[in-house]
Amino acid sequence: MIELVSAERCIGCNLCVKVCPTNVFDKTEHEPVIARQSDCQTCFICEAYCPADALYVSPYADEQIAVDEAELAGNGVLGSWRATIGWGPGRTKLAALDKTPFIDRILPARTIRAAGVSDVRTPTTG
Amino acid sequence: MTGPAEERLTADVLVIGGGPAGAWAAWSAASHGARTVLADKGYLGTSGATAPGGTGFLYVEPDREKREKAVAERLKSGGFLSESPWIYRLMEQAYLNIQLVEKWGYRFPLDENGNLYKSHMQGPEYMELMRRVVRKAGVTILDQHPALELLVDEHGVGGARGVNRLTGGSWEVRANAVVIATGGCAFLSKGLGCNVQTGDGQLMASELGVEMSGMEFSRQYATTAAFSTITRNRVLGFASFYDGEGNLIHEGGPREDHFFAKHLAQGPVYAKLTHGNTPEKQAIIRASTPLWFVPFDRAGIDPFTQSFPIQMRYEGTIRGTGGIRLTGDYCQTSVQGLFAAGDAASREKTAGAKSGGGAYNASWAIASGTWSGKGAAEHALAQGKDASHRNVKPAGRHGLAHTADSTAPIPVREVVKAVQDEMFPLRINYFRSEPVLAGALERLDRQWPLVQGAVGPSATGRVQAREAAAMVANARWMYTAALIRKETRGMHTMAEYPELDDSMNRRLLLSGIERIAHRWESVPSGGQTVPPVTVKEGLTV
Repeated sequence: MIELVSAERCIGCNLCVKVCPTNVFDKTEHEPVIARQSDCQTCFICEAYCPADALYVSPYADEQIAVDEAELAGNGVLGSWRATIGWGPGRTKLAALDKTPFIDRILPARTIRAAGVSDVRTPTTG
Repeated sequence: MTGPAEERLTADVLVIGGGPAGAWAAWSAASHGARTVLADKGYLGTSGATAPGGTGFLYVEPDREKREKAVAERLKSGGFLSESPWIYRLMEQAYLNIQLVEKWGYRFPLDENGNLYKSHMQGPEYMELMRRVVRKAGVTILDQHPALELLVDEHGVGGARGVNRLTGGSWEVRANAVVIATGGCAFLSKGLGCNVQTGDGQLMASELGVEMSGMEFSRQYATTAAFSTITRNRVLGFASFYDGEGNLIHEGGPREDHFFAKHLAQGPVYAKLTHGNTPEKQAIIRASTPLWFVPFDRAGIDPFTQSFPIQMRYEGTIRGTGGIRLTGDYCQTSVQGLFAAGDAASREKTAGAKSGGGAYNASWAIASGTWSGKGAAEHALAQGKDASHRNVKPAGRHGLAHTADSTAPIPVREVVKAVQDEMFPLRINYFRSEPVLAGALERLDRQWPLVQGAVGPSATGRVQAREAAAMVANARWMYTAALIRKETRGMHTMAEYPELDDSMNRRLLLSGIERIAHRWESVPSGGQTVPPVTVKEGLTV
């Protein structure tokens, strides 16, 4: 779930407040605050939209963890999802790099469908 | 919410919901000449199960043989509850609209033969593009504007009202046609992008007397890493699986039915992507499903060499097929002016009793959105006067401040937890059996009086109280329907009735909320395939 709005990086555009599908952030006089953390659905979309690479969504959906901003910045994690999907100037969009057309070729063997579970064989999602 | 709303608008068509179905509905309505407003709980572009990750589409070239084969396959796997004219129509509409998506600028990748591969899209880009398309079509977009209830008079639906989550103020949109595109219901399970979908639209429609169809087809889970929300199963096709002691239980390749559920019912299960065993394969898997790897990279786990625990996240009617019963070719409902699209609607006409999967439902969102938008526009434009002159009244009856029948506040957190405790466990909802489901339904019934309580004044409080009521209602419909369908068909199973029963080659309709009544509806046979909706497209975005 969302763990960080970097005061240092935030440019105060409040785009995260506007785009969060579950309304986790509140606008303030300074950078937005994480007002309803337990409502975060860990979808990472706020990071994709943040133009300042100021947000961090932890991989753990159901537990809160402490994060170290300097470490995240040092490891290049801040802004990494936005970079992967190719948003921001000078980047190639992920759609054009999508390797879904090649995935069937490398699947280990024909998998059968487990009833009640989304199909593995059909390229449902990626 | 009985006084006048702070924001008031009048339109021809109001679309409630800003996932793909809502986006296509708004585009279609506006393209057919209707003044259109789209109100979303979140943000058009990020809301819904499609936006965060990648999505496959049912995309079949206009080749007669290929399409006949696809239809025949679906009729059987859908438990004979789908209709071939609707499946043909779905394929044709999705095919045409995906050409538009390309024209609007979505960059599809090339396949091995150098052809564009158009049956998969990356959600963030697809939905960002759809937002621009909808705006260019002239639609007024109201983000962070959850609808709380519909407005109604003797002529049918006349708009909706709700709350602006960012200001706390109320809004009201008058419209002679309303499209419900609020998604399915997954009870805040945190499946990717699913938490916006709490079944609100189904409750709103039901309060006007609309029936639900196929709510028993809701036994759908997705397998993920235990800590993760990325419900994209494809990657697990490259995995081997282990029990808690590290013993190999499956080496990859074909898996038996109910593999995950059976083993997870016995104890922890771990996975490792042992079949992604070359740098080339790893690169392909990563570049097709990049979001799946984000939680792993951040948790410091290399899923190709390290095992990780898995779990099943419930997906309810988002990948189930039940929802608002449709009565016409343009996604009409039994209420004048009310239409439904996407996962809020029953998808039995095209998917039958089997999961829509991502692909079927993603194409259904495109097609049903387009159809409902046309239907809603034509209905609204045929009315003599606009909806601001109608004497409409709010129709909400449950989980709202003005409908409270007690001063005790709705215990939202407790109710949500109680509903999840009945809906998530595999032993109740996956391995369905009569006594267990009956016990769960009885406990769910006891939650119903609690959501008739008082509601606090905050925007969040008002929205979440209504969501709690919607989730209790949807849960009760699901288990009521499951207990009535005493057979195994498509995704619905019953331990006591393990076979398909031909006498139940019919759809199961539910009506009512406090008291739920049911009736059976036969599946229409024959019929003509309605031609696709085409729009004069002068648009560049």
